[in-house]
Amino acid sequence: MAPLLEIKNATKIYGGGFFHAKNVTVALQDFDLTIDDRPATITTIAGESGSGKTTLANLVLGFTKITSGQIVYKGVDVGTMNKQQIMEYRREVQAVFQDPYAVYNPFYRVKHIFDMVLKNFKLARTKDEGRALIEDALNVVGMRGEEVLEKYPHQLSGGQRQRMMVARAYLLKPRLIVADEPVSMVDASLRAMILDIMLRLRDEHNISFLYITHDLSTAYQIGNQIYMLYQGAVAESGGTTEVIENPKHPYVQLLIDSIPVPDPTIKWGGEDVLTLDDEQLRVSVSSGCRFYGRCKHRMDVCLVKHPPQFAVGPEHHVAACYLYDSAPVAAPSPDDVSPLPANATVRTGNQLGDLYEKEPEDTGLV
Amino acid sequence: MTTQINPRTPARADTAAQSGSREVVLDVRNLKVYYSTPTGDVRAVDDVSFKVYQGEILGLVGESGCGKTTTAMAILRMVQPPGGIVGGQILLDETDLVPMNEKELRDIRWNALALIPQGAMNSLNPIMRISDQIKEAIETHEGKQNGRQLKERILTLFGLVGLPSRIYDMYPHELSGGMKQRVCIAMAIVLNPSLIIADEPTSALDVVVQRVVGQTLLDVKERLGVSMILIGHDMGLQAQLVDRLAVMYAGHMVEISPVSTIFRDPLHPYTQLLIESIPSIKERKPLKLTEGLTHDLRNPPPGCIFQERCPKVMDICRSAKPPLDEIKPDHYVACHLYD
Repeated sequence: MAPLLEIKNATKIYGGGFFHAKNVTVALQDFDLTIDDRPATITTIAGESGSGKTTLANLVLGFTKITSGQIVYKGVDVGTMNKQQIMEYRREVQAVFQDPYAVYNPFYRVKHIFDMVLKNFKLARTKDEGRALIEDALNVVGMRGEEVLEKYPHQLSGGQRQRMMVARAYLLKPRLIVADEPVSMVDASLRAMILDIMLRLRDEHNISFLYITHDLSTAYQIGNQIYMLYQGAVAESGGTTEVIENPKHPYVQLLIDSIPVPDPTIKWGGEDVLTLDDEQLRVSVSSGCRFYGRCKHRMDVCLVKHPPQFAVGPEHHVAACYLYDSAPVAAPSPDDVSPLPANATVRTGNQLGDLYEKEPEDTGLV
Repeated sequence: MTTQINPRTPARADTAAQSGSREVVLDVRNLKVYYSTPTGDVRAVDDVSFKVYQGEILGLVGESGCGKTTTAMAILRMVQPPGGIVGGQILLDETDLVPMNEKELRDIRWNALALIPQGAMNSLNPIMRISDQIKEAIETHEGKQNGRQLKERILTLFGLVGLPSRIYDMYPHELSGGMKQRVCIAMAIVLNPSLIIADEPTSALDVVVQRVVGQTLLDVKERLGVSMILIGHDMGLQAQLVDRLAVMYAGHMVEISPVSTIFRDPLHPYTQLLIESIPSIKERKPLKLTEGLTHDLRNPPPGCIFQERCPKVMDICRSAKPPLDEIKPDHYVACHLYD
């Protein structure tokens, strides 16, 4: 049976065209990913801002057009689907976004979002039938219809709103939910509840997730496979526990060392991170490994071309780094597969400054 | 962060270290900030008391809407209508800020009390050079200055927060998020305040840059001996940066203690919940679920404010409000479990 979702050599280049031919931005280069049909899994895409993770979500959801490569859903290329197939794809691939405050129209009662879904996809013939479907979806996320449906968005907490977005997605009985930073704006005490809902949907309802996040600790708690992106290319991927407990790529090591440990007796690990001028080097070199400028282990070979993926451990653990060039090659260098246009500056984010800012921000708290 | 720099007032840091005394910089007593709404007053900050000592970083944590930022704004006397301070005292270096008028406040703000606002890097003026913005701050408070000395002072300041001197003539859009954040830290310390309030100073930064900015804050504290209140939501970051941690819930202070004690031995059930729910990258553990919603802040229930979500609730919690008591040396908790 065909896998649920296959992304093959996906490349997304922004800019270019007649007026801006010299100014193209490669947001994602030659990305491959497979999500099996069964059992359902949670696949994490992690990386800093500008690493291309949201671009990937947008490609899967069809918000932007892919520059080259394919997204194949149940054996059918999304780009060549007919109208009916697209409708089915739209129903089976759902999204949950980062900001549970911005997705509601403040003028409508919250049941409006459910009614819209019922109407657009003609899920129910009668009002009662529709109501029963909504009730069922809300039960899955631990809420009751009479408590919330007649309220306005401002009367609900951030956690409640985010759970309702998951319920809305569930209502369509999807096979895949693209969750773009679903917990980064939710209070820490409620975060666990949403992650738990994701686990239950995966295990009890066979719904797979593409979990996009910058937070490695939640990925570690719930994820199956993980892909670590750096400036549009995969730096390292594999089983989540394997990658996080045993990181191989210097960038992933730096990232994991920088996560503040919630224990005052353990100070930040690793060495002192970057000096200022290193920050400038985040805008990467035009050829070779994107991480060259910041890497402590850089070698001459790194500048020649982007490293291929070397198999470095069990659970399909691969790292794109020449430090492991004695290991077998698991995937070729993206430079060999889809060479970039000669004028491409590989940078992600339109400004130097934008490279580091993460998505809007966690106003949520603890 | 390797530039050699002489802090403007090394004396302050030294004396505090030598004497080992704990001089109180800020003393907040029974602070109440209410927002009036047509359906009743929202008690955003209700009877909160705490102290900030010389040369320490006090972390202030709690979920969204618990009153962290309102507390900070009240200390700066920047609560906007319909909100207002309805009671309590805010003693900064033994002077009460609550009765002050606007003119007196202007002298205090920035000179003695600086703010690094939430999303600080977006608070820079996009059409002014970095140096001009800092000059403006200095000249507004200290009057016209000699140009060359001013430049020297700003460059010294850059060294202190680890910024290269080449950004002197740059505009904010030419800097990265982490650098802009450090410009904001530089602006906060330029007039040598006794207290800096940093409201989620790293919340919009990636972990690697977050670490650099966090280390800059620690560095500034060490070198200048300035006190800080660090408002945050990331318990991991708080564990790395602060000396004492204050936990707020629904407008009340529920626990204050040195950070190592609170992580090892949290006493209040809410603090326990907060610490248990931190996701870890060290061990994979079952998710800790919590039920319940915070009560309506307009009508707090009689007794303890946490009773509706507390796993250890007792009868007395529903009738009597627990005071914030010093259960162990330097460890304050508001909970009937320790009566």
